[in-house]
Amino acid sequence: MANPGGGTVCNGKLHNHKKQSNGLQSRNCTKNGIVKEAQQNGRTHFYDKLIVESFEEAPLHVMVFTYMGYGIGTLFGYLRDFMRNWGIEKCNAAVERKEQRDFVPLYQDFENFYTRNLYMRIRDNWNRPICSAPGALFDVMERVSDDYNWTFRFTGRVIKDVINMGSYNFLGLAAKYDESMRTIKDVLEVYGTGVASTRHEMGTLDKHKELEDLVAKFLNVEAAMVFGMGFATNSMNIPALVGKGCLILSDELNHTSLVLGARLSGATIRIFKHNNTQSLEKLLRDAVIYGQPRTRRAWKKILILVEGVYSMEGSIVHLPQIIALKKKYKAYLYIDEAHSIGAVGPTGRGVTEFFGLDPHEVDVLMGTFTKSFGAAGGYIAGRKDLVDYLRVHSHSAVYASSMSPPIAEQIIRSLKHLMGMDGTTQGLQRVRQLAKNTRYFRQRLQEMGFIIYGNENSPVVPLLLYMPGKVAAFARHMLEKKIGVVVVGFPATPLAEARARFCVSAAHTREMLDTP
Amino acid sequence: MATATEQWVLVEMVQALYEAPAYHLILEGILILWIIRLLFSKTYKLQERSDLTVKEKEELIEEWQPEPLVPPVPKDHPALNYNIVSGPPSHKIVVNGKECINFASFNFLGLLDNPRVKAAALASLKKYGVGTCGPRGFYGTFDVHLDLEDRLAKFMKTEEAIIYSYGFATIASAIPAYSKRGDIVFVDRAACFAIQKGLQASRSDIKLFKHNDMADLERLLKEQEIEDQKNPRKARVTRRFIVVEGLYMNTGTICPLPELVKLKYKYKARIFLEESLSFGVLGEHGRGVTEHYGINIDDIDLISANMENALASIGGFCCGRSFVIDHQRLSGQGYCFSASLPPLLAAAAIEALNIMEENPGIFAVLKEKCRQIHKALQGISGLKVVGESLSPAFHLQLEESTGSREQDVRLLQEIVDQCMNRSIALTQARYLEKEEKCLPPPRVVSGLETSRFIWECRLEAAEELEKRVLRPGAKSGRLQESPPGSLNALLAWSAR
Repeated sequence: MANPGGGTVCNGKLHNHKKQSNGLQSRNCTKNGIVKEAQQNGRTHFYDKLIVESFEEAPLHVMVFTYMGYGIGTLFGYLRDFMRNWGIEKCNAAVERKEQRDFVPLYQDFENFYTRNLYMRIRDNWNRPICSAPGALFDVMERVSDDYNWTFRFTGRVIKDVINMGSYNFLGLAAKYDESMRTIKDVLEVYGTGVASTRHEMGTLDKHKELEDLVAKFLNVEAAMVFGMGFATNSMNIPALVGKGCLILSDELNHTSLVLGARLSGATIRIFKHNNTQSLEKLLRDAVIYGQPRTRRAWKKILILVEGVYSMEGSIVHLPQIIALKKKYKAYLYIDEAHSIGAVGPTGRGVTEFFGLDPHEVDVLMGTFTKSFGAAGGYIAGRKDLVDYLRVHSHSAVYASSMSPPIAEQIIRSLKHLMGMDGTTQGLQRVRQLAKNTRYFRQRLQEMGFIIYGNENSPVVPLLLYMPGKVAAFARHMLEKKIGVVVVGFPATPLAEARARFCVSAAHTREMLDTP
Repeated sequence: MATATEQWVLVEMVQALYEAPAYHLILEGILILWIIRLLFSKTYKLQERSDLTVKEKEELIEEWQPEPLVPPVPKDHPALNYNIVSGPPSHKIVVNGKECINFASFNFLGLLDNPRVKAAALASLKKYGVGTCGPRGFYGTFDVHLDLEDRLAKFMKTEEAIIYSYGFATIASAIPAYSKRGDIVFVDRAACFAIQKGLQASRSDIKLFKHNDMADLERLLKEQEIEDQKNPRKARVTRRFIVVEGLYMNTGTICPLPELVKLKYKYKARIFLEESLSFGVLGEHGRGVTEHYGINIDDIDLISANMENALASIGGFCCGRSFVIDHQRLSGQGYCFSASLPPLLAAAAIEALNIMEENPGIFAVLKEKCRQIHKALQGISGLKVVGESLSPAFHLQLEESTGSREQDVRLLQEIVDQCMNRSIALTQARYLEKEEKCLPPPRVVSGLETSRFIWECRLEAAEELEKRVLRPGAKSGRLQESPPGSLNALLAWSAR
């Protein structure tokens, strides 16, 4: 069992243990004021679930060691840069062409400092190539580096049957071909792989229409539209919905695609603290009362951007409070359910179902098919006039090609499976299995004393490691034990909070979860 | 001694106090009192209005009415009534239930329904399933991706290539990875929308030069040089880029690459070439516009293309020297933060590359066909063919515009509809009118492909178009006259 020595196992030394819960424990009742009212009204069936989210802080000595680790790394980095500059040490990185030496340098030295010195040392933990389907078990290609991770060489051997705790395979639908995938084979043979046209021109296949109807049915909304790439769905549709003169309130820890979409739209962006409804309320009040800065004109629209499940934190958005706020201040809500669709909620329909809310209360439901459905692409769903508007004005519908037919078929197949339309209840069973696995996994890890972030129902489990050295050691050790994990450090997370992230899947059996 | 001087100073002061005239003392006393009052009174800001009471705030919140999230869309907007294609978008395409010859998909090498490509995709489906369930950094890298990157790099004769999972995202992520705020980018006016989005995301200074006009570009570069001399320190850290397309999607012309390379070395700017339409089309082996002109590929810093046109797959790639491409592995947003390309599409692309390498003759066939079609379409009065004769995506524009864009669009749509009735699938080029920087005039765009037996149908189509438009309708721009007259002409011709 990998017990990365010392630091994160904090048996009993829990400094500043923050725990947010609602209802039954009356400590933080002001934070969940609205929820409490609902309870007093007698509608207790949805809110009496304990929303337990924990974001413990680390003990002090761990933080000290972390910063020391980074400090030493930086010092050595400067030293090696110096040596490379003076030619004492061989420079392994690629260099500029001789003819272009006198051009303005393409990269500023400082930008790449982190990459060159800190990231290079532990680079072998990322971009690990695999050669089988990313199911519960997969095969990792073995690679070694002769020159300290500057280049890699494949030995040709393959590490078979590594337990996959890294891919986003929540419902276990990404698996090797089996007979149930026959329809995909047929579609591939009839339609081919590509589309070679945009949605507006000649790229709308009947498969797309079928898929959109099915997605709308699954989510219980009026209409939906699908796009070829999840990242592009956000970055190309947010500019179509808001523009200059509008306000976007986005969560601190939103995904890059949301941030890019918000920036490309030209609207003013204000950030509220992660999952903090008071911060959001304050911003909303100020926005409505004082209007745009300097001109004091009213904002045209206010859009709140949140995610269903945050991938780096594992926390679930406090949806009931946000919807109450949205109604009070007449703002619009955009939820990115990339990680929560199919994974959260009693039948896998996302955070609206998890909280027992009506999906019509959210204005724009967005999600991707990559994570739970084992395919690629994204969708936006909501009222019919919204989807019609996007059909006409979305950048992706006009300029980017549409989804490939076999991929669309895979999503159709998974949706039918989940909704039980193919005659079995396997879909529902998968969702239940995922919920069970999640709870079991989190419970066991907490018993072992690790610091875990996030809501206890979220299938994304970040385990804090803090120190950069530990990050590398953990990942390598785990691979030796034939468990594939994902470690994340700066810049995806704050500097001092490097973590390992586990993605629980419905395809994991109990023994697989017990091995770590 | 010191104390003595101090005492002496104090004594002097007290003496001065006694000896001062009364008004002086009173004035000073008042001043001191005033200062004390100022120090202790509350400060106020000049521009702040008085604080709103809570009640007023609540009222404001009640009164505020935002705009509706989306403005209503007219029901008959063409985009709402898509052409629905059932079946594969190959050379015979079933649009809205009607079988037509496909002139609208960009299936240049005809690989969309090639059985080898489909077999390769099927094999990959059997082995890997459909999705990759993760970005490249977290177990989303499959050996097919590495293979495809290798093959692309070898095919284009560069050091390295990097794959994106969506064509639009390729150039839109590549540009902001290198060009940041404060850098300068010289870009052609007719650049496609994806490039415009990439530039917007990069927040750099953008300077547009007239389409394919090297003199204009040189003028801009010279101006920049003069600016640089005024401020050499800043100039040493601002990077300069020139972004051009090999074959422009909006006009069908080829960029003059040799002159660009000369300008590059003269003014020290880097060139980013976007080859979506020219990859697999131009050049003896299909390597694109660099092969077409015979330029050393290392002279171009970055070549980006999407695999959706010639390679009949989905996705895009960038290729170039390792020095340039490796940076995108950590800072290309569409690469790091998005799931990787599904392996069956990657396998399809590899097989398509195999086919391209095995039969280099298809490029010559394609070029020949393009030339012939261009010649055949030249004679139509009322419509002009815009673009190079080598371009497989050619544009038909109205020779004289009717004066308003909407009327032009409607007229062209009628032409398209008539052709659809005659079993030829064409399409109008779609633009987001409010978002484009330099909106090209409306046109019918069509993509050509190399299937042999369609050749005669092509000629037929050309003649039909000619007959259709020859009637007075399009020339003078009078909408009402066109339909009945030319319909009769077409019927007469086909009955022959």
